[in-house]
Amino acid sequence: MSKNIRVIPRLDIKGPNLVKGVNLEGLRVLGNPEQFARYYYENGADELIYIDVVASLYNRNSLHNIISRAAREIFIPMTVGGGLRSIDDIKEVLRAGADKVSINTAAIKNPGLIKEASQKFGSSTIVVTIEAIKQPDGKYLAYTDNGREYSGVEVISWAKRAEELGAGEILLTSVDREGTGKGYDIELIKMVAAAVSIPLIASGGPGSPEDVVKAVKNGGADAVAIASILHYGYINSEAFKIESSAEGNHEFVRSKKNFSLIKPSGIFDIKRAMSDGEVQCRFKADRDGR
Amino acid sequence: MDGKKIPQVAIIDYEMGNLFSVKRALENAGLNYFVTSEASSILASDAAILPGVGAFGDAMKNLSKYDLIYPVRDYIASGRPFMGVCLGMQLLMDESEEFGAHKGIGIFDGSVVRLAPLENRSFKIPQVGWNSIYPPADREELWNDPSSPLKNIKNGEYMYFVHSFCCLLREADSVHSLTNYEGVQYCSSVLKKNVFACQFHPEKSAAMGLEIYSRWAEIIRNSGGIK
Repeated sequence: MSKNIRVIPRLDIKGPNLVKGVNLEGLRVLGNPEQFARYYYENGADELIYIDVVASLYNRNSLHNIISRAAREIFIPMTVGGGLRSIDDIKEVLRAGADKVSINTAAIKNPGLIKEASQKFGSSTIVVTIEAIKQPDGKYLAYTDNGREYSGVEVISWAKRAEELGAGEILLTSVDREGTGKGYDIELIKMVAAAVSIPLIASGGPGSPEDVVKAVKNGGADAVAIASILHYGYINSEAFKIESSAEGNHEFVRSKKNFSLIKPSGIFDIKRAMSDGEVQCRFKADRDGR
Repeated sequence: MDGKKIPQVAIIDYEMGNLFSVKRALENAGLNYFVTSEASSILASDAAILPGVGAFGDAMKNLSKYDLIYPVRDYIASGRPFMGVCLGMQLLMDESEEFGAHKGIGIFDGSVVRLAPLENRSFKIPQVGWNSIYPPADREELWNDPSSPLKNIKNGEYMYFVHSFCCLLREADSVHSLTNYEGVQYCSSVLKKNVFACQFHPEKSAAMGLEIYSRWAEIIRNSGGIK
C-alpha cells in the first residue's frame, strides 16, 4: 500500500473572477470562482488551490471574500497564494478561512519569511511556490511575480533551501508549459522530486488525464494541480451555467472554445486514468461502482 | 440536557493553529461554540474540543502557560464529551519523543513517535493527504457502539491527514481505527468512554468528515450535559 496522490484543482483569481491564461499570461475570464470550487468539491477534489494572479494590482479584499465564502461550504483543504508579503498578510488569509498559504515572490526576496512563517503557523501551513522557466542552457530558474520577473535563483537549490527553512510542501509550476496542454514538464518534476523529501505538487501543462498520470509515474509528483482541463471540462458539461455574479467579459466562455491540446475532463476521469495506470488515489465514496 | 437547548462546545484555544474550519464544522453539525483559553469557561461547556497543529513541546508549553492541563483532565473526568484532533490527539498521550522527550496530558497510555519507514523503504514526511481508516482487526462492531463518532463511517473511508508523528498506544482497547501509510500501520483514532480523538482532520475530510461531527453532536445531545 502506498500513498494516495492528490488531485487539486487550481483556481487562478483576478479580482472577483476565475481566469485562465497561457504561460500565466493572456488571462481569460471563465466565471465565478465559487461556482467552480463548489463543483470540484462535490465531484471529489482532494484539495483546492487559489492563486491571486495579479495580487499586487488589485485590492486583496476580493480574494478574502472569495475564500471566506468558500470556507463556509467547502470542507477540504484550501491553499491560498498570490502577493502574500508578510506574516500579517498570511495571518489575514488564514483568518479568512485558508488552511495553507503559498508564497513565492516574498520568499525569494526574503527567505527568512519561510522560516518565520513555518515556526509561527506550522510547516504544514506553508507551501513554497516555485515558478520555473527553462533557460537556453537547460537550467531552470525561479521567477517571481507570477512568472514575470527574473530572480536568477536556480530551481533545485532553491527547493532544497525552502525545505531547510521549514516549507511543508512545494508547488512547482512550469511557466513554459502552463496553460498550453503540452503536458507537465516531467524532467523538471523529476529533478525537484529527487532533491527534496517534502511533498511536491506538480503544476502547469496537462492536456489530458494521461498527462496527469505521467507526472506521478514518470515525474514522482505527490500531488497534481490542474486547471485548464478541469475548467473546460466543467464549462462543457451539462451542469454548467454562467452565474451572473461573475463580472467581466464572458464571450470566451459562451463560445465554449477549447485549445486543441486541451481535452476537457472531470475529476472522475482523471482519477479513473490514475487507477488504470496503477496510481493510487481517493475516490469519492458515494459514487458506487464508478 | 434539555432537548431544545443547543449544546455549547468549548473550542480550546492555546495558540496552536487555525480554528476556522473546526468552527465551520461545528456550525454545520448544528452546535454552538465559543473559543476560549479560560479554564472556567471550558469547565462550563457541554462538550470540549482540543484542536491543534504544530510541535508537541510548544503545545504543552502553551497549555501550561494558560493553566489548562489540569482543567482538561478534570473536564475529561467529568464525563462530558471531549474530542481531540490531530495534535490534540497526540497531546492526550503520556509522552512524546518529538524533538526531545515531553510529558503529555496523560489520558491514554501511549507515546507519540515519528512516522518512520520500514526497512529498505523511504517515504515522504509529513504524510499530507487522504488515507483510509479501518477498525482494528476488522472489528466493525467497535464503530457501531453508541459512544463512537465513527458510527456511520464505513470501513476503509478516506480522511484527510497532515502529520509527521503518530500515537503508539499501550492500551489496545482504546485503539478505535488504524491507518496504513506506505506499509506502516498506526493508530489513527482512539476512543475511551467520553473521549474521542483522531489523527486526521474530520473538518477537512469532506462529507464523511462532517458526518463524524454530526454524530458527535448527537452524542453530545444524548449526554447529560453539565452535571
